[in-house]
Amino acid sequence: MARALILGIGNVLWADEGFGVRCVEHLAEQMAFGPEVTLLDGGTQGLYLLPFLEEADVMVVFDAVDYGLEPGTMKTVEGDEVPSFLGAKKMSLHQTGFQDVISTAELMGYKPAELLLIGVQPVELEDYGGGLRPIVAAQIPAALQIARDWLAARGFHATDGRTETNDLADAAIRQDAYEAGRPSEDAACRTGDDRFFPEEA
Amino acid sequence: MVVQTPNGFNLDNSGQRIVVDPVTRIEGHMRCEVNVDEEGYIRNAVSTGTMWRGLEVILKGRDPRDAWAFTERICGVCTGTHALTSVRAVEDALGITIPDNANSIRNIMQLNLEIHDHIVHFYHLHALDWVNPINALRADPKATSELQQAVSPSHPMSSPGYFRDVQNRLKKFVESGQLGLFKNGYWDNPAYLLPPEADLMATTHYLEALDLQKEIVKVHTIFGGKNPHPNWLVGGVPCPINVDGVGGVGAINMERLNMVSSIIDRCHEFNTNVYLPDVKAIGGFYKNWLYGGGLSSKACLAYGDIPEHANDFSPEQLHLPRGAIINGDLSTVHDVDPRDPEQVQEFVDHSWYTYGTPGKGLHPWDGVTEPNYELGPNAKGTRTNIEELDEAAKYSWIKAPRWRGNAMEVGPLARYIVGYAKGHEEIKDQVDRLLRDMNLPLEAVFSTLGRTAARALESEYCGRLQRHFFDKLVTNIKNGDSATANVEKWDPSTWPKEAKGVGMTEAPRGALGHWIRIKDGRIENYQCVVPTTWNGSPRDTAGNIGAFEASLMNTKMERPEEPVEILRTLHSFDPCLACSTHVMSPDGDELTQVKVR
Repeated sequence: MARALILGIGNVLWADEGFGVRCVEHLAEQMAFGPEVTLLDGGTQGLYLLPFLEEADVMVVFDAVDYGLEPGTMKTVEGDEVPSFLGAKKMSLHQTGFQDVISTAELMGYKPAELLLIGVQPVELEDYGGGLRPIVAAQIPAALQIARDWLAARGFHATDGRTETNDLADAAIRQDAYEAGRPSEDAACRTGDDRFFPEEA
Repeated sequence: MVVQTPNGFNLDNSGQRIVVDPVTRIEGHMRCEVNVDEEGYIRNAVSTGTMWRGLEVILKGRDPRDAWAFTERICGVCTGTHALTSVRAVEDALGITIPDNANSIRNIMQLNLEIHDHIVHFYHLHALDWVNPINALRADPKATSELQQAVSPSHPMSSPGYFRDVQNRLKKFVESGQLGLFKNGYWDNPAYLLPPEADLMATTHYLEALDLQKEIVKVHTIFGGKNPHPNWLVGGVPCPINVDGVGGVGAINMERLNMVSSIIDRCHEFNTNVYLPDVKAIGGFYKNWLYGGGLSSKACLAYGDIPEHANDFSPEQLHLPRGAIINGDLSTVHDVDPRDPEQVQEFVDHSWYTYGTPGKGLHPWDGVTEPNYELGPNAKGTRTNIEELDEAAKYSWIKAPRWRGNAMEVGPLARYIVGYAKGHEEIKDQVDRLLRDMNLPLEAVFSTLGRTAARALESEYCGRLQRHFFDKLVTNIKNGDSATANVEKWDPSTWPKEAKGVGMTEAPRGALGHWIRIKDGRIENYQCVVPTTWNGSPRDTAGNIGAFEASLMNTKMERPEEPVEILRTLHSFDPCLACSTHVMSPDGDELTQVKVR
């Protein structure tokens, strides 16, 4: 039986970097896939993800990607282009790590045969403890639809409903709890280095 | 100008300045600047964390029982060890005890993480600082087979045909010219000393380790319910035990226990037949490269970990030793108390924070994170694009943690030096045997290679401990005890109005502490002092340099524009780097930008 992996990567603690992980959370809430599809919150992990790639014949990756486009723009990339887009610009080490994971899977002979990267251009990354910016969050439904159609074309059909899975973030840091529970700016300082927190012009 | 630091290093910042930026990210970016003299020796070293963070800014006001899930996201590598530290801190604050089975399971998971991290670190991050996979293409498979059999007679995968196959696979991979793992090295640098056969043997084990590490992580999935972000629970572990059950979701049954047992065996075989022999064989070619000792011969700190009995953290009950060594005096190992306000303190005179009063140190329970970003008068560049730091002023987002005012090294080597000095039987035996086999004096352990060797020895020792706790767990279950959690004080109404606690572990890369204050059932303050904070610490008020900085001093660089030696030593600390990231790639995705000026 062919298997699919739907993977969200990035660090939820750094604002729009959480896009990929949040996409998978929403997907699990809205679509019911069969047991041949694995949904995974990959976080910023590298080699830990290798066994999941080994099991997958096709893989969809959600992530925040610096395409150099307008913030909030969504763009998909397929196949061999995926690794190079993940590393096109230095944005986050999780991408370097994941690029290496794909490369390692290739070296070991178990890279999924088909890859799809669904990326959104982030608005804000350097807001530690922050959540998704509205225009990035607004792209989630469209991103999920792209994944659904692409997987359906490969024989992985979803129905409306939920996918039960263990492999998502703990309830305490799911998007709603995480964003609603953020301490106020007065209680916990949010400013820092000019290199990452440029002063208002 | 030459300046002598109180901890015994002569700093001279007059030579050519080299910047390696960034060295790592996950725990915040790291950047390193050194000055080299005309002969290529490093005479000044500056290590800086370039990203601000502090867990209190995201945890204040949240439920303490949830803190572990946030702390799992701090680091891209050690998810579980932060979670363990966090639940220990909360349990300490609220006086919650855990059952024996939970102690065994937590130990098995923590040891598993040590072993996984050490193996992955050596083969997939650090080995490429010593091993040249491109040179491996020139090896004679037959000679490699002979070398393998000489180095490790018990390792079954040693035929000439096997090495030929691997070599062909490598060749194909390198020739395909894709985004290879091996593309970013300085493969013609004279700092690489292995003959092609040793390079092929080690590169082959790089692949074997990749296969093994996929198995190792299954232990986290079994006990933690999932991976890479396993579940944790204040009061115990979240997995119920049901030995008669078949495949119940999340429950620990015999089938799963047997799987854990066989993974423990596989790791032990790998450690004894592959990892340790490789470290000896590779180390043998670099015996004269004994740079990088830094603080290790002067000041080491370990909190200790792996308690034999649940809820007993007294030093004699810990399998990984606790203690502090200062002023290079190995005859005295000081006890360490993380609650004592005079022991662990953080200073910010050279960090981009302010406490209001210069020279002040704060214990983590009273920790304050108030940013104060300003560059010193001698910094070059701008506030948003620093070309060169002024280390005489503030220069890092990492605070300077000190133990009784001393800059300390933490990590496997620090643990092993503390253990050796304390006369810890297993540790002493391992170290003495390795030194005898390699015909090296004790002083050789105070080096970059000593750090690398300590990690390998520890991986092997952790494997034995893992077997011990697995057997203990199974015996306990057979005796009818299936308790895994204590939920007596789960309800916040049972908690005191105010409480404070500390959780400590030995993370793979060193002593890790979380300090928590709870008020009205919510987190009031939360401070983590992580291993890379100790090792990557900037200077303190008195001018003492930190472990990374000290370790780079007086190292000879073959080619200053190719900082293999810097990476070798910094990587030997395992500074939270996600994968085998190596310097910059030609197509511009700069990971480690080397600037020579």
